[in-house]
Amino acid sequence: MNDFSVLIGGKAGEGLNKAGQILAHLMGRLGYRVYMYYDYPSLIRGGHNFSVIRGSEQKIAGHRAGMDIVLALNQDTVDFHRDKILPGGLLIYDAYYAKGEGMAIPLKQIIEQNKAPSITANSGIIGAFCKAVGIEWGILEEVLHRDIPPKVLEINLAVARGGFDAAQEHQKLHDLGRSALPFITGNEAIGLGLIQGGLTTWVAYPMTPSSSLLHFLAEMSDKVGLKVIHPENEIAVMNMALGFAAAGERVGVGTSGGGFCLMSEGLSLAGMSETPIVIMMGQRTGPSTGLPTYTGQTEYHFLRHAGQGEFSRFIVAPGDANEAFYWSTVALNLAWKFQIPAFILTDKTLSEGGYSFTIDEIRKVPVEDSPRWDGTLPYRRYAFTESGVSPLTEYGREKAVVKVNGYYHDPRGITTEDPGIVAPMQEKLLRKLQGLDQELVSYDTVNQSGSSGAVVALVCWGSNKGVCQEVAEHLGLRMVQPVVLWPFPVDSLRRALEGTSRVILVENNATGQLAAMMRQYGFAVHEQIHKYDGRPFTVEELENRVKGVLP
Amino acid sequence: MTERPLITDAPNTWCPGCGNFALEYAFRDVFQELQKEGISLEKFVLVTGIGCHAKIADYLDVNSFYAIHGRAIPVATGIKIARPDLHVICCVGDGDAYAEGLDHLIFGAKRNIDITVVVHNNRVYGLTTGQYTPTSPLGFKGRSTPAGTLEYPLNPLELMLTSGATYIGRGYTKNLKLLRPLLKDAILHKGFSFLDVLQICATYYDVHSMYDSLVYEVKEQPGESYEEVIKRLREWDYNNKAPIGLGTYYRKEAPTFNDRITVMKVSDREREEIIRRVLEEHL
Repeated sequence: MNDFSVLIGGKAGEGLNKAGQILAHLMGRLGYRVYMYYDYPSLIRGGHNFSVIRGSEQKIAGHRAGMDIVLALNQDTVDFHRDKILPGGLLIYDAYYAKGEGMAIPLKQIIEQNKAPSITANSGIIGAFCKAVGIEWGILEEVLHRDIPPKVLEINLAVARGGFDAAQEHQKLHDLGRSALPFITGNEAIGLGLIQGGLTTWVAYPMTPSSSLLHFLAEMSDKVGLKVIHPENEIAVMNMALGFAAAGERVGVGTSGGGFCLMSEGLSLAGMSETPIVIMMGQRTGPSTGLPTYTGQTEYHFLRHAGQGEFSRFIVAPGDANEAFYWSTVALNLAWKFQIPAFILTDKTLSEGGYSFTIDEIRKVPVEDSPRWDGTLPYRRYAFTESGVSPLTEYGREKAVVKVNGYYHDPRGITTEDPGIVAPMQEKLLRKLQGLDQELVSYDTVNQSGSSGAVVALVCWGSNKGVCQEVAEHLGLRMVQPVVLWPFPVDSLRRALEGTSRVILVENNATGQLAAMMRQYGFAVHEQIHKYDGRPFTVEELENRVKGVLP
Repeated sequence: MTERPLITDAPNTWCPGCGNFALEYAFRDVFQELQKEGISLEKFVLVTGIGCHAKIADYLDVNSFYAIHGRAIPVATGIKIARPDLHVICCVGDGDAYAEGLDHLIFGAKRNIDITVVVHNNRVYGLTTGQYTPTSPLGFKGRSTPAGTLEYPLNPLELMLTSGATYIGRGYTKNLKLLRPLLKDAILHKGFSFLDVLQICATYYDVHSMYDSLVYEVKEQPGESYEEVIKRLREWDYNNKAPIGLGTYYRKEAPTFNDRITVMKVSDREREEIIRRVLEEHL
């Protein structure tokens, strides 16, 4: 099978995320399905950044440890990554800033000859890469035309050509003869899914790994009629969003763990006041500031319990860009249909990773809304109903007095401490979860792949989908991935695990949050594999860890 | 036009003599007056924080969002950006707006978002039974500061001028004749309107005789010049025994946050077309 990995590394500020995208687009042109992992420290200049771009015949959502090519713009890249080069692989490096064994490219000279800025070095080394793996100049030229802003295109083309001419062919990257797929990040997929679901307003305060979603939606706002607001802090974000929702907007917010801590009081207000809201929560390595630009899966229990009191909520953890798109639309629908908070739980790996996106696989989800008030007076915002969902109307409707309230309230929305109303109101808040659970019967809440008859199951959630799927295929195991994490998909999970005798949990945390939840619902968990150093599993690493716990 | 009483049947739990009654009835009168002038009642939205003041959300029979402590202003901001046609009024307390939610008060003014913020300023926490607030005088003996506070009060009007509010005034619940036109004026002002309304707390801070002896109605027209207005705002600093001016101090026409937002409507079909185009750009 054709499977090819290239790593490009250098200092922060050298455009290595962009360089990774260009490499991903080049592989896409040859018909590869691509995944990109971008690794960067929390700083603006200096440090060590790198991107791993992997192309495969099959759709993938994870990277490998072994590299066919390493592109080194500095000595750190050589030192940190030379051991990853596979037999027959190649190191291509900047002849001035690095020393190593492989192909040296005189980038400094090429840049000086062209009077180019030093950031063009990555175009130069990409030029050398193309020559080394037999990608025609015309393909690179076309990709650069699309990816580089017109103002600096000529100079980048010149440096790329210099790198191309200075390199020699090493191994031919086989052209799969298929057309390219769109290559987008998890956050871009979420943004597009939300737009598909009729999002009208996005409110967020910057925080990695949710900031790139804020940036993407801000860029898109003019085109799709979206209001994008960046207020003073996350407390304001959440409360402002609730104001938007009460005034009839379809609104979402984005953040990471620390920001979500500040939102949790407002979350509880959303629960009590039955104000719909979508929350994108991108996990990174905690506790506290932790590792701001690295990954983790530590907020499942936090989201499940955040906010004082007991109220209904929905949590979905997509595993790749296609799932992120689809479930973001669904999350909006469910938030409005049930007037509850709906979480899209991601992590740095999914949010900032790049994926080949399969347009044809997009399941079209029609926009769904709350039941609407029929005009019968008086309007009762919190009318008791069998489903617990009260007909909605927004402020400004003629004759309606809309009273939204964070205290216990009577059906009109007026504060009450009457135990005869408080208890049924609490039950109303929770009854909506039963309706949601019923609704989810028609959705694929648990994914299954690998060997369906296998008695050993790898169970994971979120961005571990890709690596787990591959390892399950290699080792003949079953792979089971709950996508909906709340309400907990007990029946679907039971069906997916039917006939298994050994269940291995794979999580990017130290305690096993899905494992604990499964045990709570009576599922057996036999082994737990954890990784909590901020880095996602590579396929090889996970495979070794799984082999270690197989009988 | 239907005449609605505008007062709900919710049992009123304010203490006898509480300043909040005056604000409740002043709001009712102003809403009725504005209704007669052509603004329909459903265009008003009252957003409150938490505290004694906030019960007004239950008592006035208009749209409301009974939010959480300190957070009325962001809720109101969201409503106003979404629906520029609505008149969004925040009833907030002094602990609510000047302590817990001070960041939002400053940013509301900075944005010149077209909402009206009315601070029910009794200079004490009532509902939590008598602690000092950011406008209590130095040495205030509250239940959390039995030996007296160690810090000076804020002058909220000065703070609001510096932050960018475009309407600044002060009212007093015992002067209803002035309070009604002040509320109406603040609601009709286009931009961030700020009213600090002095009221006594009948249970924990009843200083009506002090207020009665110090208040006077401001005779000057509201100024537009920062330097001139700030001097007048500093006359009483919420700590000294200086005369306390009531009325409008500052009024300025300026673009509001909404004025700077233009959002076009996009149909479902157009949205899908845009998604397809974006994906093609990412090939």
